Amino acid sequence: MTNRIIHLLQVSPKNLLSIYFTAGFPQLGDTRAVLKALQESGADLVEIGIPFSDPIADGETIQQSNQQALDNGMTLKLLFEQLASMRQEIAMPVLLMGYINPVLQFGVEAFCQNCQEVGVDGLILPDMPLEVYEEEYKELFEQYGLLNIFLITPQTSNDRIHQIDYLSDGFIYMVSSASVTGAKSGISDDQEVYFKRVKSLGLKNPQLIGFGISNRETFLRATKHASGAIIGSAFVKILRQTSNLEKDIHTFIADIKNR
Amino acid sequence: MIEEATQYHVNEKGYYGRFGGAFVPEMLYPNVEELRKNYLQIIAEPSFQTEFQALLRDYVGRPTPLFFASRLSEKYGTQIYLKREDLCHTGAHKVNNTIGQILVAKRLNKQRIVAETGAGQHGVATATVCALMGMECIVYMGELDIERQASNVARMKMLGAEVRAATCGSKTLKDATNEAMRHWINNPVDTHYIIGSVVGPHPYPDMVARFQSVISEEIRWQLREKTGRENPDYVIACVGGGSNAAGAFYHFLDEPSVRLIALEAAGKGLTSGHSAATTALGKPGVLHGSRTILMQTDDGQITEPYSISAGLDYPGIGPLHAYLFDSGRGEFYSATDEEAVQAAFELAQLEGIIPALETAHALAHLSRLGARAHEVVVINLSGRGDKDLATYMKYIQ
Repeated sequence: MTNRIIHLLQVSPKNLLSIYFTAGFPQLGDTRAVLKALQESGADLVEIGIPFSDPIADGETIQQSNQQALDNGMTLKLLFEQLASMRQEIAMPVLLMGYINPVLQFGVEAFCQNCQEVGVDGLILPDMPLEVYEEEYKELFEQYGLLNIFLITPQTSNDRIHQIDYLSDGFIYMVSSASVTGAKSGISDDQEVYFKRVKSLGLKNPQLIGFGISNRETFLRATKHASGAIIGSAFVKILRQTSNLEKDIHTFIADIKNR
Repeated sequence: MIEEATQYHVNEKGYYGRFGGAFVPEMLYPNVEELRKNYLQIIAEPSFQTEFQALLRDYVGRPTPLFFASRLSEKYGTQIYLKREDLCHTGAHKVNNTIGQILVAKRLNKQRIVAETGAGQHGVATATVCALMGMECIVYMGELDIERQASNVARMKMLGAEVRAATCGSKTLKDATNEAMRHWINNPVDTHYIIGSVVGPHPYPDMVARFQSVISEEIRWQLREKTGRENPDYVIACVGGGSNAAGAFYHFLDEPSVRLIALEAAGKGLTSGHSAATTALGKPGVLHGSRTILMQTDDGQITEPYSISAGLDYPGIGPLHAYLFDSGRGEFYSATDEEAVQAAFELAQLEGIIPALETAHALAHLSRLGARAHEVVVINLSGRGDKDLATYMKYIQ
C-alpha cells in the first residue's frame, strides 16, 4: 500500500489543510473524538502531538496543552491504546509529532512498530538531528513504513534545504518565521520572499507551511506558495475553549476552507 | 592552547562517548551552528586570550588561592586544599564562563545576551559582564525562584538586567532554560545565549568546560608550588549541571592517578522522592539539546528535582559528566541536605569560611573519603555562602 501522505500529495497536491492537536487534550479521552471531527469536517491530514514536559520549540498555547494533557494522565503508551482501532474510521493521513525523549524512553523500535500497527503514516520529531536520523533511525523508520518530516526555517541555508530534501519523503515542513509556535500571526512580505526562494530550489518534495497560519486569510496566502498549510496553536485555542467539540471543530475548519 | 584529543574530550561530532550532540529543533540550528563553527577559532585568537586573561586577572581576581586547610586536614587525617573560587568577583566560579562567553558574543557581533538562572548566581554573573561590556541583558528565572532568591533578583536589576519570570511547568531552572531557548529561537540573529553550565547542545558543554578549565590549570601550578607535585590524589566537586566540577577536573581527566569525585544533591534522601541525584535516579535521555543522564518518568517526562541548594536543583548533568559516570572515570556520590548543612558549619567553624550550599555537598564527602595521611585532596570551593544565610539561619540555635 502506498503511504497515505504520499498518496494524498499525489492525488491532491493543492490547498491541503493539516491540523495539529495535542493528544489527551482538552480531556484525556478526547483524542479520538478530535480526530474523527477533523476528518468529518474536511481536514486533509493531522499531526497528533505527543505531550512533553519541556517543549522548547513551542509557545504558550501548545506548552499549556502539553501540560494539561500530562496532568490529565496522557502517556505515549496510552496514545497507542487510544489509536488502536482508528483505521476503522479514519482514512486521512495521520502523523505523530513530538520531542524525541518520550520516543527514546518508549524504545525507538517499539515505537515504530506501534505506529505501524495503529496506522500512523509519518513522524515529526523536531529535536532529532539530521545525522542521528540518517545514522541511527532512517532504516528503521522505512522498515515500518513511516515517513520522517523535517522542518526548514527562513534561516536554513539552501545547501541544508537540499540535504533535507534528499533525506525526506512525503513533504517538507516549512516554518514560516524564526519563532516558536503560536508566537506570530500573519505572513509578511519578507516571508513571501523566503517562500519564493524555497519554491525556486526545485525540490523533489512538496512543502507545507506552518507557524503563523490561523485563519482563512493566512491559509490562502500560504497555500499560494505551497501545497498546503498547517494550523496548530489557533486550533488548540479552539479546543481549550470549546463546550461542543464537534460543532466548534466543524465551524473552525469550514471557516478556513470556506465551505 | 594545543590540546591532544583524548577520550574524555568532546569528539568532532560533539559527543562524549554516547552522550552530547546537538538535539535542537531546526529553528535553533543556525544559532548553534554559527557558534560551533566559530568558537574554537575565536578562543584561540591572541587578542581574545589577551582580553580574557586580563579580565580574569583584574576583574575576576584570578588566580584564586589554593588554601591549605590545616584544621580540616587535621580533623580528617589527610592533606586538604581548598580551591577558593568563592573569592571570584560575584562570589562563585560562574563568572569565569560569563566573561569568556561575552567576549565570544562580541566577536560574533551580537547585541543582546539572554541567560537562564536558577538560584541567580549565573544570572548575576551574566548581568555583571553585560554591564561591563555595555550589552543588553535578559535573564529568565523561574517564578518560584524569583520569590525564593529576592536578593539575587535585586542584584541583577541593579546591574541593569531585565529579569523575566518563567511561568510554565515547574517554574524553576529547567523552565527558565526552556524560556531562554525559546527567546533565542525568536531572536536568532542579534542574540547570544549564555548557558550557565556544561549543558545544552554542542558546543556549549565543551565551550563552558574550556572557560572553567582555568580552575584546574591553576590547581596544577599552585599545587606544584606548595607541594612539589602537580597531581593531587583526589579532586572533589559538587555537580548540578556540572560546570565547577568540569573546570576542576579538566586538566586531570587524562591523569588516571587522580580520582575525580563528583557530589550530587541527595536532597531529603535518594529514596525520598525529593532528590536531585541524577546519576543515582536518572536514565539516558535528551533534554535542552543534549543526550545525557536525566531524571524522568518511564514515559520520558522530565521530573522536578529537589535540593536545599537551588544551584544543584537541575534534573540532568552535562554530557561530559554522564560520560565520566558511564565510563567509571568519575566517581559519583551524593550528600543529603542535612549532611551538606553540617559540612558547611564545620568549614565555617574550622576554617572561617562560609561556603555556598552547593559547595557544602562536596565538603560533606570528606567524612566518607577515607584518604590517608600523606594523600592530597583538593576540594573545589565553588562559591561563598552569603546567598544562603537565610537557610543557614534556620540551623543556628
